[in-house]
Amino acid sequence: MQSLTNRATPVDRRPMNLWEKLYLPAIFKGMAITLGHIFKKKATVNYPEETRPFSPVFRGLHILNRDEEGRERCTACGLCAVACPAEAITMEAAERLPGEEHLYREEKYAARYEINMLRCIFCGFCEEACPKQAVYMSETFAPSNYQRQGFIYGKDDLLIAHPQKSITENKK
Amino acid sequence: MAEEKKLFKVKIDNITVEVEPGTTILNAARNIGGEVVPPAMCYYSKLQGSGGKCRTCLVKVTKGSEADPRPMPKLVASCRTTVMDGMEVANITSPEVLEARKGVVEFLLINHPLDCPVCDQAGECDLQDLSYEHGVSGTRYEFKRRTFEKEDIGEHIKLHMTRCILCYRCVFTADQLTEKRQHGILKRGDASEISTYMRASLDQTNFIGNVIDVCPVGALTDRTARFKNRVWFLKPVDAHRDCEDPKCCGKTVLWMRGDEIFRVTARKDKYGEVEGFICDTCRFEKKEVKDWVVEGPRKIARHSVISQGHYVGVHKPQETVAKVMDGRQPKLLMDIHSVSEVNMPQVDLSQLEGPAHSTDFPTNKGVQ
Repeated sequence: MQSLTNRATPVDRRPMNLWEKLYLPAIFKGMAITLGHIFKKKATVNYPEETRPFSPVFRGLHILNRDEEGRERCTACGLCAVACPAEAITMEAAERLPGEEHLYREEKYAARYEINMLRCIFCGFCEEACPKQAVYMSETFAPSNYQRQGFIYGKDDLLIAHPQKSITENKK
Repeated sequence: MAEEKKLFKVKIDNITVEVEPGTTILNAARNIGGEVVPPAMCYYSKLQGSGGKCRTCLVKVTKGSEADPRPMPKLVASCRTTVMDGMEVANITSPEVLEARKGVVEFLLINHPLDCPVCDQAGECDLQDLSYEHGVSGTRYEFKRRTFEKEDIGEHIKLHMTRCILCYRCVFTADQLTEKRQHGILKRGDASEISTYMRASLDQTNFIGNVIDVCPVGALTDRTARFKNRVWFLKPVDAHRDCEDPKCCGKTVLWMRGDEIFRVTARKDKYGEVEGFICDTCRFEKKEVKDWVVEGPRKIARHSVISQGHYVGVHKPQETVAKVMDGRQPKLLMDIHSVSEVNMPQVDLSQLEGPAHSTDFPTNKGVQ
């Protein structure tokens, strides 16, 4: 039969010689290989304490960006939602009222913005589609949860902290 | 005995067509159809006197007529130039025309803001399509663009003068459909703007809403549908009703999501022109399904963004669990409305008068 690769070798069916019949040398040879692995670099990390560095193009959990003045960049244009192959993104738009200029960058903004992380496949199309540099994918995983309810991410989960406010003010 | 009308033979991009004398080159090209039709931003076949403003329909006349075969010295606006017998026209076969069209698009975009993410017209905008097909992706303009304040002209119409390309279609609409025109072009040259004199309201006649449909850009938009939803998330549905107004054709397109009607427009053909004008009552006030007789989904060109995510010919699958499980209902692990704040059953955005505001979202957790 013609072999598919050139790596196939015929099975050696010669009778064993004395050295092979002794059996123990083969055992020690195998043990030496095992022992050698103890001193090699470990392939695993202690996950929660240690983490591997992500590649710069890693596509993790989404964030909604703000500009330098802390105004929301998203203008609810719907391009992320229409680009989303999993239909994970939904939004509702509203008009900015006079006096809300410090909150929203454009006259239209996303009053509601939700990403269903159960549906999201982390393809990054939303990030690419965004014309306002509002949605980005960060270098974190979506945290695990016992309940499906925990995977519907609203605006309060997605928006980044206000750049000019303290941590306690942002927590509110 | 009526004399047989002599038909003119015209050759557009090497395709011969016979048209009646007095037809414009643009309409002769529309008789052929397909790619040879020049784009038009200001010409509107249903409005008399429209055309000749935007210059996107420029074509090259390579042979004037059978009697005088000299070519025309310059590119001509095909919407305003009538055909001659034996005329030969080059549209997409002429690199000169394509180059000129590119220039025209650049001129139209000089003052046009790049706010398509905000604009309600995005997705069904003639200028968007035109610049996508004929324009260049960058701009060479380095000066300040002309800007205007947004204006509510009337209760239902929003004017974004910044986006206007001065095609005059809305002026002709108001002249020809309504009894009294309330708006027009003020000032001249590059300072000209669409406006009402002394902030008059446009709502005094029942057909002024058609200016929204004829506007090729997002300069005139429907306030009742403002910012409610993007056109590509809505499902266009053909519908009609018996309108009391004899001038109204009553045949419309409803832009729906579920059972909510977000917007009512007239039916537009492949050139972006309405098939029949509709009255303001149909357009702005009939936002419930019971007002309409729904005919079925509207045919949308496959390449249009509006057909994105709309699955044609899909039937909702039958619920089989109850049948298999002796009538027991499946246990729902999560009702999406218990968590999601979007599309809440108790909030009906389509019934709001104008655009939604932060005050319309009472359960918003106050994200700042």
